[in-house]
Amino acid sequence: MTQSSANFVNIGERTNVTGSARFKKLIMAGDYDTALEVAREQVENGAQIIDVNMDEGLLDAEAAMTTFLKLIAAEPDIARVPIMIDSSKWSVIEAGLKCVAGKAIVNSISMKEGEAPFLEAARTIRRYGAAAVVMAFDETGQADTAARKVEICERAYRLLVADGFPAEDIIFDPNIFAIATGIEEHDNYGVDFIEACKAIKARCPHAKISGGLSNLSFSFRGNEPVRRAIHSVFLYHAIPAGLDMAIVNAGQLDIYDDIDPELREAAEDVVLNRTPAAGGSATERMLEIAERYKGGGAKAQERDESWRQLPVAERLSHALVKGIDQYVVDDTEEARQSAERPIHVIEGPLMAGMNVVGDLFGSGKMFLPQVVKSARVMKKAVAHLIPFIEEEKEEGSRAKGTIVMATVKGDVHDIGKNIVGVVLQCNNFEVVDLGVMVPWQDILKAANDSGADMIGLSGLITPSLDEMVTVAEEMTKAGMTMPLLIGGATTSRVHTALKIEPAYPGPTLHVLDASRAVGVASALVSETGAAKLAGDTRAEYEKIRLQRAGKSSGSTLVPLEKARENAFAAGFDDYTPPRPAAQGLTRIENVTVRDLIPFIDWTPFFRSWELAGNYPAILDDEIVGESARQLFEDAQAMLARIEAEDWLAPRAVAGLWPVRRDGDDILVFTDESRSEVSTRFAMLRQQISKRAGRANMCLADFIHPEADWLGGFCVTAGTGEEMLARFKAENDDYSSILFKALADRMAEAYAEYLHHRVRTSLWGYAPDEDFGMEDVIKERYRGIRPAPGYPACPDHLLKPLLFDLLDATETTGVTLTESMAMLPAASVSGFYFAHPDSQYFGVATIGEDQLQDYAERRGVSIDDARRWLRPNLD
Amino acid sequence: MTIREEFNAEIADHILIKDGPYGTAIQNRKLTEAEYRGDTGLTQDQKGNNDLVCLTRPDLIREIADSYIDAGAVILATNTFNANRISQADYGAEHLVADINRAAARVLRQAVDARTDGIRRFVCGAVGPTNKTLSISPDVNDPGFREVDFDGMKSVYREQIDALVEGGIDIVLIETVFDTLNAKAAAMAAMEAGDDLGRDLPIMMSLTLTDMAGRNLSGQGVEAFWYSVRHVRPVTIGLNCSFGATELRPHVTALAKAADCAVMVYPNAGLPNEMGEYDEAAETTAGLVRAWAEEGLVNSIGGCCGTTPDHVAAIAAAVKACPPRRVPDPAPAMRLSGLDPFTVAA
Repeated sequence: MTQSSANFVNIGERTNVTGSARFKKLIMAGDYDTALEVAREQVENGAQIIDVNMDEGLLDAEAAMTTFLKLIAAEPDIARVPIMIDSSKWSVIEAGLKCVAGKAIVNSISMKEGEAPFLEAARTIRRYGAAAVVMAFDETGQADTAARKVEICERAYRLLVADGFPAEDIIFDPNIFAIATGIEEHDNYGVDFIEACKAIKARCPHAKISGGLSNLSFSFRGNEPVRRAIHSVFLYHAIPAGLDMAIVNAGQLDIYDDIDPELREAAEDVVLNRTPAAGGSATERMLEIAERYKGGGAKAQERDESWRQLPVAERLSHALVKGIDQYVVDDTEEARQSAERPIHVIEGPLMAGMNVVGDLFGSGKMFLPQVVKSARVMKKAVAHLIPFIEEEKEEGSRAKGTIVMATVKGDVHDIGKNIVGVVLQCNNFEVVDLGVMVPWQDILKAANDSGADMIGLSGLITPSLDEMVTVAEEMTKAGMTMPLLIGGATTSRVHTALKIEPAYPGPTLHVLDASRAVGVASALVSETGAAKLAGDTRAEYEKIRLQRAGKSSGSTLVPLEKARENAFAAGFDDYTPPRPAAQGLTRIENVTVRDLIPFIDWTPFFRSWELAGNYPAILDDEIVGESARQLFEDAQAMLARIEAEDWLAPRAVAGLWPVRRDGDDILVFTDESRSEVSTRFAMLRQQISKRAGRANMCLADFIHPEADWLGGFCVTAGTGEEMLARFKAENDDYSSILFKALADRMAEAYAEYLHHRVRTSLWGYAPDEDFGMEDVIKERYRGIRPAPGYPACPDHLLKPLLFDLLDATETTGVTLTESMAMLPAASVSGFYFAHPDSQYFGVATIGEDQLQDYAERRGVSIDDARRWLRPNLD
Repeated sequence: MTIREEFNAEIADHILIKDGPYGTAIQNRKLTEAEYRGDTGLTQDQKGNNDLVCLTRPDLIREIADSYIDAGAVILATNTFNANRISQADYGAEHLVADINRAAARVLRQAVDARTDGIRRFVCGAVGPTNKTLSISPDVNDPGFREVDFDGMKSVYREQIDALVEGGIDIVLIETVFDTLNAKAAAMAAMEAGDDLGRDLPIMMSLTLTDMAGRNLSGQGVEAFWYSVRHVRPVTIGLNCSFGATELRPHVTALAKAADCAVMVYPNAGLPNEMGEYDEAAETTAGLVRAWAEEGLVNSIGGCCGTTPDHVAAIAAAVKACPPRRVPDPAPAMRLSGLDPFTVAA
């Protein structure tokens, strides 16, 4: 199976006489027709570039290169991919360059003979319009340690770039050498390469890194399973470190997690030069176990599949616990045939398996991604049984309870809700999922129609808090008393206690995350637990209300005027706002998922799956590491498909406008004369009493009172509706949630990517900004991009104004719901501020004086303003 | 200012109008074979050797050039599409290649220099694809065979370009590219000519499509083509010939998206009718290309087969008020190509 992740390029190695005995034989015999088939197979197997090498002493390499490349030109199936012209002889390289119409890669050049011939070769390559692989090789030899690799690559990079060679057309080959050779000096070669990748990436912006993988495991030639394991493990570590491409046999890589654990451990030890857990040397350990895998790794295979020999009930349980859906339909069918009634299969083995999953999850031994995968298996099994159950015209298995779930009107975010839904289903709850943007009428009706035991409301944006209050009020009016569960990113125990619970007489509970949902829901349907939970919660919320009442009386707010006097001093006397290079709107075209992947901040991705920890450390976390790795790998695989099959169509627009500050407002003008105002953005100021030296911040403080510029943007990852529909049809919640979570990350990555472009080119105030990706993700650059509806400018109603200025719906297809949520959900919009001291802050609580002032400035009624700013009012 | 800088400044400011074809214009004059041949002493039949007319009837070329200038064209291309050793061999006129090119450039240079209206015009040396290809075998039974090789092709182009430069061109226009490898050889010849002159010799590149799927004869689409030739830093990249404006539209859109370089397009006057004649009216062509300009797809527009000074004048009037396309600024990335484009993640 090809492990072609989105940010990793497979270069086919089979059309190389030095690497493939078969290909060499064909070329030596002049059988170019069959040799072409080797090239075609590689492309079909997923090679994205093909490496062609004719370096063989007995061959006229120039002639062979020329002949083969001319033949490839006549084969569109092969010629569609770029060619890597691989030779140690310059004459062969140049002969190759004279035969390719596309933009090829030369492999390779180096400073082996000194700087002058190196630059001469690079110039010629540029003339032919090719990229170049630069070997970490200089006058004194080939680099082996990390330090030498980095030193040579950096020197080559500086020389090339100074000579006009495009940085993005440089590919470094920092030499992959054989490890586990028995020679101690070789033991650290894998680590040296991986470390060099990181440093080269940090010091040589835009350059790429490649390597020839087969060298690495040279000492295990003849033992394919071991070689493949070493290669897969090496890639697993080298790709995140910066390896962009490698010359590999595209058809022969293993999925990291599918490698036999013992073999994988041994491979990790040799690649990372670790001392094995059992002691001794990594090489010895590998040699010890290598023999067992020789000849196709039959043993490893046997171990993997041994569970298939178990009785059917245990197989189902195993499949559920491990999340393996491959055989589940067959197994379910087998169980059905031996069961008295189809329903017994659900009530018996399937529920037993899910109980194991529930126990493991409850005790923290299993994590959300695996649970959702288990649910996928369960759903497939149940979907198979339903027609038989219906045939019997019988009620289905009696569920523990029924819950109606919905993301409230105006809100479109449902990842968290879907996860909770899946987890509840795993625990034998019947879940009636109404989807997103559900008006209260539908929620109440569904609850009545389904005889629900409880209702769960979800929302992510602040206006949803109000909508939840509305739902609670309407439930009260309808005379309902069933429990009401509240969840979602902006919801909180405090808000539920202060605002929602008082509006509804039934039990009202805030549920922090999916792992708590099962406990809460189960208690609420148990005869003994329900009253106790409801009573305890009510008492707890009452206590919160009392505490808050005490607090708010001792107000810590300062009057608006005082807050304004303590505004942030941005030092405009000695600061001239930079004039943007591209004023007005810029529609960003042509940015693909692939461009965005490096900008992904993975930490929130894991958080959305309730896996705590920072990326990449989380992958090695003692507790959740395994789960995180598996999730990450599934994410990588899906990213590759998202990219290859165009599931998402990211779109974006950026605008840069002349503005000036007017009090706490930012005035946007139609042109640079700043005579005609097109939009007024009223901003809110912090009113919390600050200690000396701390300002009461307002975004307007970062804008020059005479002449400045403000940016705005809207990006979306797109919807991928087609895929979501397919996942739904396949009962595949896991993929559906994974896809949505990735789309969210993609939108955020796009915002990061676009901000980078704005800083370096569109606005251009930091053209030479040179941060590593980590620094970009940690926002160590100059300028901020606060979003309406978030702490620095909490009013969602700035969004329609911003959208108008950006013509955002027209340019990106993003629309706003009545609660100002963006649709598609995987979208981000906001402002750009360039002031070097601009920073994020939270407006937090504001006073009645500011509310009144703000309503006037915005030209809205005080009630409207109050409604939209409610979260900031108490 | 260098010519490149002057050109870049002009094309950033407004849409530049390119002229139309000479072939159609010459054929309309219905010259006799003797008029074509003049006093060159050539022995083969020269009727239809349009490029030779630069030598034998420079007055006629001047007249056509003037008519395009009057129509509003500021990018003027020499009448030298076939003025290379390979194509002229068909007329037994290989030895006249340098003379034809020098004369073609000179007459255009004079026509431009004669104007005193302060409008900056550019004389472009038109370099055609020849009738040989570096990427395709003429023998179906031997797909690895080629009639020419890269270095041979490069020297053919070099001879033509050197003579065009002597005659006074500003820019080399490598047009009607049906084989990307031919174009790369031509571009390398131009760059080497610039090296020997000790100055920058700017290049324009114009692709021609051979099928409705938007690929050229060697199999590339517009995006892959752009990545293949981006290294020559052309002042314009574009499309010409093959189809009319209607059929070219999707490919112009794709190119405008991909190319971080000015885009120049000069379509035919529609598709030829059953008689092989082009009958699309000037206003029709102009209306179609105006839509491109309004959408911000192009920086320069002109005409190819079947268009006339009337077409050029109508195009000039139609796009006069339209701002030029804004050249995109894509983030740096490794952009490779085979027949298809391939971008390695940044």
